[in-house]
Amino acid sequence: MRYLLRRLGFYLITAWAAITINFLIPRLMPGDPVDLMVARMNGQIDPDAIESMKKSFGLTGGSIWSQYWDYLGNLLHGELGRSITFYPTHVSSVIGGALPWTIGLVGIATIISYLIGTTLGVVAAWRRGTWLDSILPTTTFLQAVPYFWVALALVMVFGVSLSWLPVSGAYSLSVTTGFNGEFVGSVLYHAILPAITIVVASIADRVMGMRNVMVTTLGEDYVTMAEAKGLTSRRVMWRYAARNAILPNITSFSLSLGFVVGGSVLTEIVFSYPGIGSVLLKAVENEDFPLMQGIFLIISLAVLAANLLADIAYVALDPRTRQEA
Amino acid sequence: MRGILRSPKIVAGLLILAFFVVLALFGPLLVGADPTKTNSVGLAGPSAAHWLGTTQSGQDVLAQVVYGARISMGVGVLSAVIATALSIVVGLVGGYVGGVVDEVLSLITNIFLVLPALPLVIVLAGYLPSRGVMSVAAVIAVTGWAWGARVLRAQTLTLRGRDYVQAAKAGGERPWRIVFAEILPVEFPVIATSFLATVLAAILAEAGLSFLGLANLSTVSWGTMLYFAQNNQALLVGAWWWFIPPGLCIALIGAGLGLLNFGIDEIANPRLRTVLPKRARRARRAEVVS
Repeated sequence: MRYLLRRLGFYLITAWAAITINFLIPRLMPGDPVDLMVARMNGQIDPDAIESMKKSFGLTGGSIWSQYWDYLGNLLHGELGRSITFYPTHVSSVIGGALPWTIGLVGIATIISYLIGTTLGVVAAWRRGTWLDSILPTTTFLQAVPYFWVALALVMVFGVSLSWLPVSGAYSLSVTTGFNGEFVGSVLYHAILPAITIVVASIADRVMGMRNVMVTTLGEDYVTMAEAKGLTSRRVMWRYAARNAILPNITSFSLSLGFVVGGSVLTEIVFSYPGIGSVLLKAVENEDFPLMQGIFLIISLAVLAANLLADIAYVALDPRTRQEA
Repeated sequence: MRGILRSPKIVAGLLILAFFVVLALFGPLLVGADPTKTNSVGLAGPSAAHWLGTTQSGQDVLAQVVYGARISMGVGVLSAVIATALSIVVGLVGGYVGGVVDEVLSLITNIFLVLPALPLVIVLAGYLPSRGVMSVAAVIAVTGWAWGARVLRAQTLTLRGRDYVQAAKAGGERPWRIVFAEILPVEFPVIATSFLATVLAAILAEAGLSFLGLANLSTVSWGTMLYFAQNNQALLVGAWWWFIPPGLCIALIGAGLGLLNFGIDEIANPRLRTVLPKRARRARRAEVVS
């Protein structure tokens, strides 16, 4: 419990830091963002829009402290300003519409990648020194591959050349949206290629992370002891070595989440998937700073929440952290 | 040194990296062609005249890959230099000084480790008035230093208590001299591995930024190549030669850096060396039996 509370405290501080960075960026970067945007639109902009932009940046006049205070107050009410691209829609509702798609896609793909990758890592460590070590160069290659490039290649092969799978959107436009079998089927069908992309691009980290921890664990005395007792290989591999190796691996998993989310967001762009990535592209194309900053904030908070979940899993797996000392 | 060159992973990694460094430095002399020069044969597949085909506006893809290596690797290395310098200062000062300074620096490091890098880089790059190599590298470095700082801090903590450091302290050396002249050189292998990993992260970040259109689109880099390929529907017309090479180069450089790092790790941590466990286990069993 104490461990979790400490982690929770850290995430709250980190969330505050993300919020404060978000507040400071427009003030620290050279030039006034509102002037910049008005200039880029050749002055063709609603005075209301200018006013709301100023508000969303917190540039409401007054000292920087009172601006900061107003900004925090607005955030507390879920007020992230209005999007320029989708004016006058609020940034929060633009993101709110896209977020479920991203969380669903990235969440499920990450779990699949974690399960397959960790299993492969255990096997690769157990059979170290055999032909399986030749997967090493492949994993270093996969670790470096840009997510969106994998997406392009998969679209090319399975979408365009073979026409096996749909390559754009999240569901077929011919089905009625809603919770019915046809729609759910269409959503799953459209998610196959994007999910495979994320799994392919992120799995190497999981395999290598697990393999390296597992190789170290296999050198421990209790593993030798288990072997000496004549336990079956399977039991030693899973119940003795893998079980203990998973713990340090969870930490590296949660640290990699930010990277996975960043890559997945770019993947969505290739597939025109209606998640955060596509909104981000629109924001970038239109120099929509309130939207860009809102996305940064939401992704940061989502990654922090995922980290907290990983910590809870850690506590559930490691009895030592549950000691009330 | 001999041990280093005996590791096949290190040799392979060095060869791959050497190839790309030579490509970036001397490739443009060999290719000759101007990477931005257009001609009337757009979207032509690989041929004798254009080994890697042409883009939609008839630019030579091979020339773009070769010139693009300069920007992509340049941003990567520059950004990693800035990030590594930052991580050395934060890691060593925090680890050596300890106390409140260390706690504050560690907290900042941990915050930057958890925050997703790409969205932050995107916001920062969005605000940049001009997106030159230097400013893009600096923005990427802002998010790339934390891992190195964390590893170096841990290393410094263990070195702080060593006899030779204590001796230097007792001898009246000034703290900054102890940190940068006594501790820093010993940490060179750790700095090298974190530098290599940061180069890769920076190359990937630059590619991601360019792919979104947030880089200087008038210069040729692997990222801008992917941007133009995506935006000109290279996929739908099946122009694989346009987008496969730049991504392949990034992944190959990553493989080179990864192999090199893996080799260094194996030398530093002998437990990871996996040459003969099976033989060893069989031998162990034989001993038990006999």
